[in-house]
Amino acid sequence: MSSRWSRLGLLLALGFLILAPLEFKRYGLYILSQWAVMTIAAMGLNLTLGYAGQVSLAQGAFVGIGAYCAAILTTNGWPLAAAIVLALALGFAIGWLLGYPALRVQHHYLAFVTLAFSTLAFLVFRNEAWLTNGTDGIDGVPRPSVFGLSLKPHLYYYYFCLFVLACVTLAMLGLVRSPWGRAFVALRENPMRALSLGVDTRRYTLMAFALGSALGALSGALYAPLVGLVEPPAFTLTLSLNLLMMVIVGGSGYFLGPFLGALIAVLLPEWLRFLESYYLILYSLLVMGLLIYSPTGLIGIVDRHIVRRRTRAASAARASLSASIEAP
Amino acid sequence: MAEFLAIVIAGLATGALYALVAVGFTLLWQTSQTINFAQGEFVMLPAFFMLAAMNARLPFWAAILLGFVLSTAILGFAFKRLLVDPMLRHGVLPLAIATMALSTFLKESVKTFYSAEASPFPSLAPTGDLHLFGVAIAWQNIAVLVVAIAAVIGLQFLLAGTSTGRQMQAAAQNPTVARILGVPVERMILYTFLINGALVALASLLITPIYLAKFTNGETLGLAAFIAAIVGGFNQIRGAIAGGLLLGVVDNLAAAYVSTQYRGAIPMILLIAVILFRPAGLLGRPEERTV
Repeated sequence: MSSRWSRLGLLLALGFLILAPLEFKRYGLYILSQWAVMTIAAMGLNLTLGYAGQVSLAQGAFVGIGAYCAAILTTNGWPLAAAIVLALALGFAIGWLLGYPALRVQHHYLAFVTLAFSTLAFLVFRNEAWLTNGTDGIDGVPRPSVFGLSLKPHLYYYYFCLFVLACVTLAMLGLVRSPWGRAFVALRENPMRALSLGVDTRRYTLMAFALGSALGALSGALYAPLVGLVEPPAFTLTLSLNLLMMVIVGGSGYFLGPFLGALIAVLLPEWLRFLESYYLILYSLLVMGLLIYSPTGLIGIVDRHIVRRRTRAASAARASLSASIEAP
Repeated sequence: MAEFLAIVIAGLATGALYALVAVGFTLLWQTSQTINFAQGEFVMLPAFFMLAAMNARLPFWAAILLGFVLSTAILGFAFKRLLVDPMLRHGVLPLAIATMALSTFLKESVKTFYSAEASPFPSLAPTGDLHLFGVAIAWQNIAVLVVAIAAVIGLQFLLAGTSTGRQMQAAAQNPTVARILGVPVERMILYTFLINGALVALASLLITPIYLAKFTNGETLGLAAFIAAIVGGFNQIRGAIAGGLLLGVVDNLAAAYVSTQYRGAIPMILLIAVILFRPAGLLGRPEERTV
């Protein structure tokens, strides 16, 4: 019953994502593209944090690394596809290295190591002007063309982002259902037990960081052509914290969590814009209210509802069963 | 040499402020596993309570008093009851995110309802410098150092020397056993929140005359308090003090002798080094791990 409903919901959402933008204005398309791009980064963080249980406050830095990678290469005439491959590789490699502290420290300590990394990355973006053009940033990042079709119109670029998001979603679905995904969850739930059962926790910890970071970099590589301008202030700690918020508010460790979390973090502020200077006040109040109501995030509410209904159905079944036994 | 000494003393004054804020941060962590991302904004806000009171024609001393009362009531009591209590059972992260939202809320509220501009704030200390053996030290810095150190010593006495303080420590270290021994753990946790409310009001009173009252004041301060708390040792008040002082000195020395571009990197490198080589902090005890 519930799986049929959720399938219907997914189909409706997919239909909306494909058809609705045809009617959207320029700005609406931009925001929706931003949602798709941020969802990819949040999915990466959800893998690191939600599935493998490793707290990272550096996802924003990886988005920055990917964005700079794409901006530098494409403005020098490389195709975006090459930049994406390189961004993935770079994100994977740096993420792997950042995973090493996670082998030594856990929880809040790990959060602070990654926080420091994120600040250092920002300083490099800002100060290494020979590579990143410093505070001015890199302007005029071109949009790619696919099979001779230019993606310059916002609508086409949106579909491109949506296509990449779909690929990432399918790949992620395969990953979390594979033995790897189960090993990540084992790492989160009980690392000691996982180790004693022969899971190579060391390798999986590094892998969780590397894969999550690679997705962050991929998101950055899509972000650069979307916005056109890549500059340091976009990749401060605020972005990392924002991505963390998406994962927690959506529902950490749930597959659909990042989608909803990014929806809240990207679209809700836009919907509240009519409040002008009050919009951030109301937005932060809403986030606090939501977390107080359901600390496991938006998906947590749905989950709780389903569990309650199942319990009710089960007890009803039990009651009718005992009634049928007693009746004759 | 004189210049170096002046820098170190200014650094100690900054560090004493960091320490005040970091001590409150550590207290909240110890008793309730609250990572308060809004701690910087908590320091920014009481100055505005005091300014608003002075705008209502209250004398400075009454404004300070009112600032302290409002700060302990809102940033201590209301913060715990409304935000921390409902989320405490659900782990560290949702609460940390909620305090991030709270920090945005406080910042934007001050910006919208008070002013987006920096406002001057009266100082407790006279302006000018004290000249001592050829080293010029601002009276402002001396006042900050003295008040902050007095506050920290007073707090240390409260925690180690009084019955209530010992009960608070017991509640922080092992709530289950403390409860069995008859310590009212819930009330002790509330006390730490009230103390944090008073500490941030004090820090606000000391720091705002230097930086002017502005809604963005908390941004760097909150981060500095984190770093100080971790470098010193997350589970020790002594550690937070040492970490604060060390960070203040390192920060000021870096500002003077390292390129301005990478000045911000020095505390971060210190942080990474400490976490990797002494994860419990310079003065901290390793936390026992529960499997």
